[in-house]
Amino acid sequence: MSAANRLEVRDLHRSFGGVRAVSGVSFTLESGDLLALIGPNGAGKSTCFNLLNGQLRPDAGSVRLDGAELVGLPPRRIWALGVGRTFQITATFASMTVAENVQMVLLSRARRLFGLWRPASACFRDEALALLARVGMDAQADRPCGVLAYGDLKRVELAMALAGDPKILLMDEPTAGMAPFERLELMALTASLVRERGLAVLFTEHDMDVVFGHATRVLVLDRGRPIAEGTPESVRADARVQSVYLGDEA
Amino acid sequence: MSFLLVQALSGLATAATLFLVSSGLTIVFGVTRIVNFAHGSFYMLGAYLGWSLVERFGTGVGGFWASVVAAALGAGALGALMEVALLRRLYRSPELFQLLGTFGVVLVLQDAASWIWGSEDLLGRRAPGLKGSVEILGQPFPLYDLMLIGLGPLVLGLLWLLFNRTRWGTLVRAATQDRDMASALGVDPARLFTGVLFLGSALAGLGGALQVPREAVNLHMDMAIVVEAFVVVVVGGMGSLTGAFLASLLIGQLQAFGILVFPQITLVLVFLFMAVVLVLRPHGLMGRAEETPPTAPAALAPPLTAGRGAGWGAALLLAALALVPLVAGDYALIVLTEMVILALLAASLHLLIGLGGLVSFGHAAWFGLGAYGAALLVKHLGAPMPLALAAAPLVAGIGALIAGWFCVRRSGLYFAMLTLAFAQIVWSVTFQWYGFTGGDNGIVGVWPPPWAAGKAAYYWLTLGLCAGALALLRRAAFAPFGYALRAGRDSALRAESVGIDVRRHQWLAFALAGSAAGLAGGLYAFSKGSVFPTLMAVPVSVDALVMVLMGGIQTVAGPLAGAAVFHLLEAEVMRMTELWRLALGLVIVALVLLFPKGIVGFLADVLADRRRRA
Repeated sequence: MSAANRLEVRDLHRSFGGVRAVSGVSFTLESGDLLALIGPNGAGKSTCFNLLNGQLRPDAGSVRLDGAELVGLPPRRIWALGVGRTFQITATFASMTVAENVQMVLLSRARRLFGLWRPASACFRDEALALLARVGMDAQADRPCGVLAYGDLKRVELAMALAGDPKILLMDEPTAGMAPFERLELMALTASLVRERGLAVLFTEHDMDVVFGHATRVLVLDRGRPIAEGTPESVRADARVQSVYLGDEA
Repeated sequence: MSFLLVQALSGLATAATLFLVSSGLTIVFGVTRIVNFAHGSFYMLGAYLGWSLVERFGTGVGGFWASVVAAALGAGALGALMEVALLRRLYRSPELFQLLGTFGVVLVLQDAASWIWGSEDLLGRRAPGLKGSVEILGQPFPLYDLMLIGLGPLVLGLLWLLFNRTRWGTLVRAATQDRDMASALGVDPARLFTGVLFLGSALAGLGGALQVPREAVNLHMDMAIVVEAFVVVVVGGMGSLTGAFLASLLIGQLQAFGILVFPQITLVLVFLFMAVVLVLRPHGLMGRAEETPPTAPAALAPPLTAGRGAGWGAALLLAALALVPLVAGDYALIVLTEMVILALLAASLHLLIGLGGLVSFGHAAWFGLGAYGAALLVKHLGAPMPLALAAAPLVAGIGALIAGWFCVRRSGLYFAMLTLAFAQIVWSVTFQWYGFTGGDNGIVGVWPPPWAAGKAAYYWLTLGLCAGALALLRRAAFAPFGYALRAGRDSALRAESVGIDVRRHQWLAFALAGSAAGLAGGLYAFSKGSVFPTLMAVPVSVDALVMVLMGGIQTVAGPLAGAAVFHLLEAEVMRMTELWRLALGLVIVALVLLFPKGIVGFLADVLADRRRRA
């Protein structure tokens, strides 16, 4: 594990046509953080994620991981430097089994994707099963990913993200589609991973119980702009946040 | 100066015809999202119908033009019929099925035309009232061509009015933008699509009928024009009318002046132009990005499993095949040799389609390049067979490596069109570079040395090499490389976000598949003793696709079974009838509509069903 695990985001901007999807977003993420990115629909959360992992290029701003600039790098390079991600709409390899999905990431980590001889299903199988056990999916390791329930897919996504041995983990709605008790379970698991591995996690979430129950800090976006950042308590008390969520009564 | 002007004018006349045909293609694509191979056939039928009608009624000006219009309407009616009978069932299918299904129609119509009008070229009557030529800066220029030049913009204008000033046209535009939304608004999509196919095919038929006074009507018109129209539509941006117009003008000029500068490689110029445009402007000159990516075959992709005892089964099959020469005669061995070669060709294509989700429409290029690589070494350098056979996969692999670099930059239909373009480039170089390749005379006298000249000896050699190559391909499919390829197909986004360089895997797969196809080509050359440009023409690419589809896309053994059955059908059944194209076309259509999972997939389903009941 590297000493720092520090993601510095400075003044990120991105527009689509005339719409400012993300405008002036800055924050710092450090080992042990569990930062919740919240805001109403269309606030720019997913765009923010896509800017951080290189899927979109910001119009302006910088993203530095332990001092190294990430803006301009393709997603696979950013991943290789230690920024893992899960997707809002789950994207697993549907034609492979659960274990094989995780094995793919382990193979990628080990730079062995161009192997032409040894069967892939025999590579890193034990490691994959260990990771699946960690997220409670080991019993379904040999099922095709295409037939899994949504909540289970989310767990596979987490195992895949962990397989990349990330320093920073970006989780886009990690508990969407899960039953309430499953949500709390997954977030508890995430919190313990943060402690164990010294991870820094940025996540989006609609369920405020999850946000205020687990986040160490909260960043609120509204129409692309950051309007509040701080501890859950301070954000909960913020008048502007209340007006955004409850309607403008001022 | 005046010469250049006349050249430019004749380029404009070419452009007018090109625009008529490609406007139809692009309208049909815009609404149905299907690249209609049969579009060229409607052009050809328009020409044949036009020829018959003009012969009969075309002595006067009125009769001539009525005949042209009637021919266009006839082609349109056939297009509408195809929509109702075939396309309607394919709108939700993967693009491979759509391309192949419409290609099946091409084959059927080819034989139908040959049966009705014969295989001789037909020379039509000149257009009454437009027979002469006018002097332009002292150079004669045909009056009829001048009329065509005016017709292009006129048709563009009429189409613009149709799409912008009528209710029907507005509905078509709405459906082009968003099919689901249009049907949610109460538009009956079935009728709309039938109408669009009518319009598009009628435009093709009009283009064809207008050729009657200019050139001989023949059975090769369909493929020639459809490939050019593809280029126009892709360059202009798929679905864009103005783009098609612009691209027609550019390509008309490119052809008119290309023939002056590089008479040897005019055909290549057009395809090179398309490749460059696609790499620089991915969606063509006037095209927009697709909102919904083309249907990926991932939806019907179950996990790839080796299957229990697959290794033993393969060993047993190999042993049985190796023993065949002890009992079979020479003819059976020849058929079997070809079957084994085609199995390798099909398996190499399957690597791209089945694992990578990359539908190549030009795989024959690498087969042909391998064959020519071997044959040229023998002819020009007197190379011994082992050396020539070693060179075959190398030559094809290098060719595929170069083409692949361009092709993997695009996906879906654009990938298919790019591979088609590169195959046409390779084909036209071979066809036109007479001094080196012998042009359409091919290269003859490419026989194995005495030790391998016996049918049994050559069969064993082929079996050994192909089995080895197949084993390697299979190994690669189950190795991390094959998995990474599938990962990129299942979800390119996810693959990139876990460090998989999807494009590089696809590129390598393209080269690997190309060189395997090249080895098959090299073996084919020595088995036949000769090579011809037809080896790398579109029909061979389609044959390979049919083999893969026949066997089933999602099984590793599928392509082998497909190749065997296809070759048996072709060698033993279809050649018995004069109308083998018709038969093959119907087989393709039936496959696409009734057995989309192919033979092995179908059997696997039946077995799984039985197991479930037991």
